[in-house]
Amino acid sequence: MTETTVETIWRLALVGVPNCGKTALFNAMTGSRQKVGNYAGVTVERKMGTATTPHGRTLSVLDLPGTYSLRARSPDEEITRDVLLDRKDGEAPLDLVLAVADATNLRSAMRLVLELKTAGHPVVLVLNMMDIARRMGMDIDLSALSAALGLPVVAASAVRKGGMHELWHALDKLITEGLPVASARSWKEPAASDLRALQHEADRIIHSGVRFPEKPDTLTTRLDAVLLHPVLGLLSLLALLFIMFQAVFAGAAPIMDLISAGFDALGAGVQVVLGPGIVESFLVDGLISGVGGVLVFLPQILILFLFILLLEDLGYMARAAFLMDKIMGGAGLHGRAFIPLLSSFACAIPGIMATRVIDNRRDRLTTILVAPLMTCSARIPVYTLIISAFIPARPVLGLFNLQGLVMFGLYAAGILSALAVSFVAKYVFWRDEPAQPFMLELPDYKLPRPVNVLREMLTRARQFLQRAGTTILAMTVLIWFLATFPAAPEGATEPPIFYSFAAMIGHGIEPLLRPIGFNWQISVALVPGMAAREVVVAALGTVYSVQDAGDATVTIARSLASNWSLATALSFLTWYVFAPQCFSTLVVIRRETGQARWLWISLAYMLVLAYVASFIVYRLALLAGLG
Amino acid sequence: MDSGPGCETAKLTPLGTAARGAAGVIDRIEVDGLRFDLPAAEIERRLLELGFLEGARVSVLHEGLFGRDPIAVRVNGATVALRRSEAMAILIRQGQS
Repeated sequence: MTETTVETIWRLALVGVPNCGKTALFNAMTGSRQKVGNYAGVTVERKMGTATTPHGRTLSVLDLPGTYSLRARSPDEEITRDVLLDRKDGEAPLDLVLAVADATNLRSAMRLVLELKTAGHPVVLVLNMMDIARRMGMDIDLSALSAALGLPVVAASAVRKGGMHELWHALDKLITEGLPVASARSWKEPAASDLRALQHEADRIIHSGVRFPEKPDTLTTRLDAVLLHPVLGLLSLLALLFIMFQAVFAGAAPIMDLISAGFDALGAGVQVVLGPGIVESFLVDGLISGVGGVLVFLPQILILFLFILLLEDLGYMARAAFLMDKIMGGAGLHGRAFIPLLSSFACAIPGIMATRVIDNRRDRLTTILVAPLMTCSARIPVYTLIISAFIPARPVLGLFNLQGLVMFGLYAAGILSALAVSFVAKYVFWRDEPAQPFMLELPDYKLPRPVNVLREMLTRARQFLQRAGTTILAMTVLIWFLATFPAAPEGATEPPIFYSFAAMIGHGIEPLLRPIGFNWQISVALVPGMAAREVVVAALGTVYSVQDAGDATVTIARSLASNWSLATALSFLTWYVFAPQCFSTLVVIRRETGQARWLWISLAYMLVLAYVASFIVYRLALLAGLG
Repeated sequence: MDSGPGCETAKLTPLGTAARGAAGVIDRIEVDGLRFDLPAAEIERRLLELGFLEGARVSVLHEGLFGRDPIAVRVNGATVALRRSEAMAILIRQGQS
């Protein structure tokens, strides 16, 4: 460390089993003084914060990924092990380990504490959620536990006001008296027999200090009678998803319109001030539309995150995985892939980022590969445009509308193809890789704390803006460059894009796309459409020289209807179900997997899938006389 | 230590075949002879880590719709979800709850 300050900074790490309320404790300790980044060389989230004790001591607190044991089974758990064993490069040695345990669920936690003792660092056991334990009627004797363990044991209720008082007091006292020095490290990876011995020891310690109530948590039992019921449980999940989608799409719409309008106005303002020119074009078509293109998805993503965080804090997420495991398992997906895939309906990028909850690499990669096939909200403007131009709003069977049915079909095609691709991946790609067992704890339901949910939501939004935003922005600028240079010659009759690199690329790929019914205008529009899927709408407007008067989308639709055959339109829709028309997603795949290989695999399989599917649809449509 | 009435004659049931509502005490974890994608010793350790330990009381609380799989099991104060194929390694003496 370069900083040799007068003031000593005590380095603490929080360790605990999943669902022990470790993050809530971390938030209660550090408040808003948090830094979220990555550990060197891996895509595991590193959460670090600064805390000040009542006596004014500065603590630097590291929130380590949750684990049941130091024998790491996933990249996240490897980090926890390596930091605790001082093996992790770039991490300064720890002064103290805070073992966090859910006071209402002590068995695994106590076994982990026994393992932690052998890692050498001084350990303090923090019994979190003491308020809930007391309300359940549990009687916990802290001094008896402390004596049996040979460690300080402190009670805490991270989410209650004043619930941190005892922990602060204990930390100050420990520091004043001088932290115990590190003991010899005797940790070795436990075998099954060691785990049995540790658990028996842990149970003995628990019995020495904890008395359990007669009856278990009845609220969780009653809720689960419905929410985990074979039929009612699935129906509740469906209802929940429906509400969530309604909120994501309908709820976010007004704010999204506001953001678009704001950026349009900003662009128009810049246009007026600067007048036409290359700087104006860069600012308006490159920068402003790029930033706007990112921000416009933020409301949807925030609402989505809000739901996911609420459900996580409630303890429902593990149950959704339970309900979906069999259904998704048939297609070779893990139950935990459910949430990332769900997020991908808003945008594949947060979906891919959310695959971190899947601890097995094989399952995680499969999920990342199929996430872009989920119908993201950037496809909606494209689908809406083509459907309104080509599909009559005819009633079907008196109940449905043909346009609505086509839209539904496109969503279904995305989901079914994702299942099919993961099925193929399971039997082709991963034939020799072991499938992961599905074992996870279903925590008791707990009321989420609004402050925690809000803070977590802001953190994730910031991450999205940082990681996705920079990528999307860079891509938009690159594509603006391709669509703008070289400039149109003097006296040009066609729109400037016809003379640009984008047009050259479009003309270059047009022969390849002719068999699937794409003309050269479409081929050109696909190039700027790589920035984000919805950009193709504006690009089609540009290549068909639609004047930006009145409702541009209606004009574009009319122009397409007179220029394309129905077969071409259907082929184009099919293309957008499958094609990797989003550079940013590909870049995020590269970043999250840490290997360029997965970028290329995604790109290649989606291109092949799109081409083959569009080809079949186009040829069938021609045969049906829709040419 | 768990000798209840008739424990010598009671047959052992794999938890993986237990119906919803079934309850008992874990007699032993036996991964030999079962097929898992992961090494058997690893499955055993994971089960132990989730609390499936000899002598622990278990009861099957919930099961999935398709093939009644996976199952949610109450084990010593915690609820754990697992697939029936994995639960085959957990042998219980039924009826002691």
